[in-house]
Amino acid sequence: MAKRIDVSGLDAFYGHFKAVEDVSLTVEPRSVTAFIGPSGCGKSTLLRTFNRMHEVIPGARVSGKVMLDDENLYDDGVDPVAVRRTVGMVFQRPNPFPTMSIYDNVAAGLRLNGVKNKKVLDEVVERSLKRANLWGEVHDRLGKPGSSLSGGQQQRLCIARAVAVEPQVLLMDEPCSALDPISTLAIEDLIQDLKDRYTIIIVTHNMQQAARVSDRTAFFTIAGAGKPGRLVEIGDTAEMFSRPAEKATEDYITGRFG
Amino acid sequence: MTTAATSSPPSPAATPSLISGRGTGRSGDRIFSVLTRGSGALVVVLVVLTGAFLLWKSVPSLLDDDVNFITSRVWQPAANPPAFGIAALLYTTVLSSVLALLMAVPVSVGVALFLTQCAPRRLATPLGYLVDLLAAVPSIIYGLWGAFVLGPVIAGTDSGPRRAIEDALGWIPLFSSTSVARGNVFLASVVLAIMILPIVTAISREVFLQVPRANIEAALALGATRWETIRVSVLPFGKPGVITASMLGLGRALGETIAVTIILSQPSSLEDFNFSVFYGGETFASKIANNASEFSTPQKTGAYIAAGLVLFVVTFLVNALARVFISRRGDV
Ligand SMILES: Nc1ncnc2c1ncn2[C@@H]1O[C@H](COP(=O)(O)OP(=O)(O)OP(=O)(O)O)[C@@H](O)[C@H]1O
Ligand SMILES: [Mg+2]
Repeated sequence: MAKRIDVSGLDAFYGHFKAVEDVSLTVEPRSVTAFIGPSGCGKSTLLRTFNRMHEVIPGARVSGKVMLDDENLYDDGVDPVAVRRTVGMVFQRPNPFPTMSIYDNVAAGLRLNGVKNKKVLDEVVERSLKRANLWGEVHDRLGKPGSSLSGGQQQRLCIARAVAVEPQVLLMDEPCSALDPISTLAIEDLIQDLKDRYTIIIVTHNMQQAARVSDRTAFFTIAGAGKPGRLVEIGDTAEMFSRPAEKATEDYITGRFG
Repeated sequence: MTTAATSSPPSPAATPSLISGRGTGRSGDRIFSVLTRGSGALVVVLVVLTGAFLLWKSVPSLLDDDVNFITSRVWQPAANPPAFGIAALLYTTVLSSVLALLMAVPVSVGVALFLTQCAPRRLATPLGYLVDLLAAVPSIIYGLWGAFVLGPVIAGTDSGPRRAIEDALGWIPLFSSTSVARGNVFLASVVLAIMILPIVTAISREVFLQVPRANIEAALALGATRWETIRVSVLPFGKPGVITASMLGLGRALGETIAVTIILSQPSSLEDFNFSVFYGGETFASKIANNASEFSTPQKTGAYIAAGLVLFVVTFLVNALARVFISRRGDV
């Protein structure tokens, strides 16, 4: 069920500004790939082109190909709604639906898919919350609003919400940046658990985190303000952190970057 | 002691004191606090004074009232003893306003959603101005338009919206049209609906614009369609605001005077009261306006002021209810 992502010649624009240029890379199914690189190099932008969330920003557009197995997401006739049901996303800032209960937050995706059966919903909610390491903390207050949880709990709630619909790919944009070390570890463990079911891409500014959780790492950089971000290299994480092929990668990883 | 470590201690006069707060910032704070509290108090005083005035002027007449003020439909404040009750006025006022609200809110919410969620900005901005412009049209214009343009359309017997409603719902007394007044309550409601549309739309639009981007993206990323995003993210966020907007609209409809006065036909005699929305009638406001020339004795005037008092209380209750509803929603 996990799918391979094959990107070729991808450019992403905000109006006339080209934020990402000529990216080609492959993400293997059932693996974790980390995107690293300096702020503004287009990691979030690139990630959002993988579930067609880029285009919801007015004026934003994409050219190039993103193949999900053998389907190009940007072919005519591809329904972005269907893409987003297949490719789940967790945002940098936790964004549970504030007026919905914890239960309803997790069930939201299934309900959008037309699942009404209470038993099925109960099961999925419990399973997803367990997978997100949150069940123990919230099982006795599922009716409370999602916004009543702490930041780390909210982020795990968002992960539960994303995995509840069994996506084939899970995109995570700095999912731990607002979290304490313990919640961060919980989420890293979770990523390890989820990896044998999903294709996972995680954007992170934390080198140790990239080294800990990912199988492969892609390094992006930007030539200067107003220039588009580019992929420098992508490779095996262990390899990349010990013997990067490019000087720029080495400088960035060792903290010598500009 | 906080500055003890400095090599050249400042002169004692210049040392900022942590205890007394007598800087200019402080007096600014004080002026601001006096001003805000003052204005707050002023509002309360105005409301209380208005209520007290209405009560003061109406009590003598109410004491002389020969019939039950709340349940009677008679209106003969000039008789001896005077006889006046508000049942019919209350019915027409509430019916026309509630109908107006039922018609206006769905349209307003739809327009506001369109303007904020669907329309491209090039279209949304001028359309928004247009809606605001509707609010600036004087009520008298709506009244004239209702009475002379819309009225004949609705009262027309063989076709039109009234006929459709009668065919569908005529068996309910509320919608029976055995007797159709040219200036009927339904017509007044439609015009009131148009009149409160701008305010309800404007407030709803403001609220929908406040929906955090993150909420909307959360829904989209789950694979919600545009409509589902509205249902899951936009509407729940905007609900308290839409309720507030509706209550403001309702308040306006309840008190609207000139348009309703022009439109509604006054029933010819007191006896033929009719529940139907296709019948004429009078609201508190139109009753008072229609009879302004009768305010000749304190006794007669008191009867009308008593009617005004009821309108005041009803509007007040509507707003209070809205508050209760919003605050209860807020902490769920
Ligand atoms: N909504 C937007 N409209 C216009 N330009 C944008 C928008 N979002 C991002 N950009 C620009 O696109 C470029 C890439 O931004 P992006 O958010 O993808 O960077 P990033 O690598 O995720 O950075 P960070 O590590 O700080 O999150 C930046 O120059 C940014 O200013
Ligand atoms: Mg980013």
